Amino acid sequence: MTGMADQFLVLGIETSCDETAAAIVANGDTVISSVVSSQVDLHARYGGVVPEIASRAHVEMLTPAVAQALVEAGLEGSQLHAVAATVGPGLAGALLVGISAAKAYALAWDLPFVGVNHMEAHLYASFLEEPDLEPPLVVLLVSGGHTLLVAMDDHGRYRLLGTTVDDAVGEAFDKVARVMGLGYPGGPVIDRVALTGDPTAVKFPRAMPEGLDFSLSGLKTAVIRYVRDNPDAPVADVAASFQAAVVDVLIDKTRRAVAEVGANTVCIGGGVAANSLLRERMLDLATEDGLRCFLPSRSMCTDNAAMVAAAAWWRYKADGPTPLDIGAQPNLRLA
Amino acid sequence: MLILGIETATIQVGCAIGGHEGVLASFHAAKGRRHVETLVPAIEFMCKQAQIDLSEISVVAVDVGPGLFSGLRVGVSAAKALAQALRVPTIGISSLDLLAFPVRYTNRLIVPAIDARRGELFYAFYRQVPGGAQRLSPYQVGSPDDLASELLARGEDCLVVGDGALRYPHILTEVSGAEAGDGTSAFPSAASLVELAHAQALREQFCQPWELQPLYLRKSDAEINWTAAVDRAR
Ligand SMILES: [Zn+2]
Repeated sequence: MTGMADQFLVLGIETSCDETAAAIVANGDTVISSVVSSQVDLHARYGGVVPEIASRAHVEMLTPAVAQALVEAGLEGSQLHAVAATVGPGLAGALLVGISAAKAYALAWDLPFVGVNHMEAHLYASFLEEPDLEPPLVVLLVSGGHTLLVAMDDHGRYRLLGTTVDDAVGEAFDKVARVMGLGYPGGPVIDRVALTGDPTAVKFPRAMPEGLDFSLSGLKTAVIRYVRDNPDAPVADVAASFQAAVVDVLIDKTRRAVAEVGANTVCIGGGVAANSLLRERMLDLATEDGLRCFLPSRSMCTDNAAMVAAAAWWRYKADGPTPLDIGAQPNLRLA
Repeated sequence: MLILGIETATIQVGCAIGGHEGVLASFHAAKGRRHVETLVPAIEFMCKQAQIDLSEISVVAVDVGPGLFSGLRVGVSAAKALAQALRVPTIGISSLDLLAFPVRYTNRLIVPAIDARRGELFYAFYRQVPGGAQRLSPYQVGSPDDLASELLARGEDCLVVGDGALRYPHILTEVSGAEAGDGTSAFPSAASLVELAHAQALREQFCQPWELQPLYLRKSDAEINWTAAVDRAR
């Protein structure tokens, strides 16, 4: 490739959950290559991610993913400028695989290593695709493991505004989908089934705890109970009603967060940010409240390594390399 | 030919470099299960102090287990990445082979036993042969009592080494003719790994980085439970 001489090339590695991913990103904003090896098929029969199976699969799939990312970029490892990996939050055994490999690549190619916070990476997925974005902004990060409302005051400066007091959003989708016999993962299948359903068919509760926190277990239980008591209720209606209730809560809290922070930009990230209704309602919110809204592409919402490489570029500019003796930080927080 | 050895199958983290001239440098730390924290900095330190550049390495050898799953994954992931980045082949060697190798100068049966957690051991049986120790059994996982019965059945003098022997000394007191190794033979050594890998490298018994896999000997709990559920449903 031409013109790469003056670019800062980061190899990103992501193994925090059930996607084995490697990507090369230039200057934090240009994806040169991005490989995501999904393990969904390995976990589907268990109805959720099995940590031991995920860790084993990462060991098997990471080297080929990195090889493919380099080949697609037309690069040798020695032409890179840094190697980054997610160090947390995530599954401890899964994180170890990516961290160990990333440090080894960095050592072998004599490059700096950069440890990345997975949630910060989700946030930087937006900056990757929309370099004109500027803090301050409010980000809703929603996935199988996380439900966070974060104020980004500047690069690297975050405040946690709200989080779930029980289930993560993606978790609720998975559990509801399982009870409805829709399979795994729950997010995409409920999204699809809900398209033909009536979102007003069942009036599920919208729990609104104090402040900007979320609570989803009451809703989840209500859906499970409804399905049990009404086995003949149209699946599409139940799915659509459940999804509408979740999105109502997410939008309401996001609206309040934006007002509280006084931000004029809002964006989303995480696997659940690929949900059609949430994206639609986010755009409505922006229009109604006169906000700037950025929705990363669906493939940039779900776990990938390009976002890790992008976040690493900002981290490296601000803090320099991460010491090689860093370990996995399964409970790492963003703020 | 220089070989880099990586050993993370137990609570210990180790690495070593060696070749035709024997083992040139080695590092071992057995405190705190800090595999991912320690391994790569240890390799960096060892190379620097031994004045060896990683570009001089022509084979990456790694202990593939059986042992602690998370430890194995740290070692195997690093070994794959190093070999891929340095464009060199790999050699995977079992932790049990590594435990048997340094205690091979005995006529007794050699029984390395690694603590497999959950009240079980990983073990195998070896006997001295010219130039090394030959494995007589498959790599096994079983309870200390399983091992004790096998030793009784074999009815010969034996030397049990590894952290499993230290954890379950009672398996030996029940068996006449059995002796437990001491702390010096508790963990696989990265130096032994380099020596054994050197012999394999001379025979060009390599494997490519993407072929390297940990030797788990146990399925994940989810798979075990799933299989059990399927069996029950039949
Ligand atoms: Zn994620």
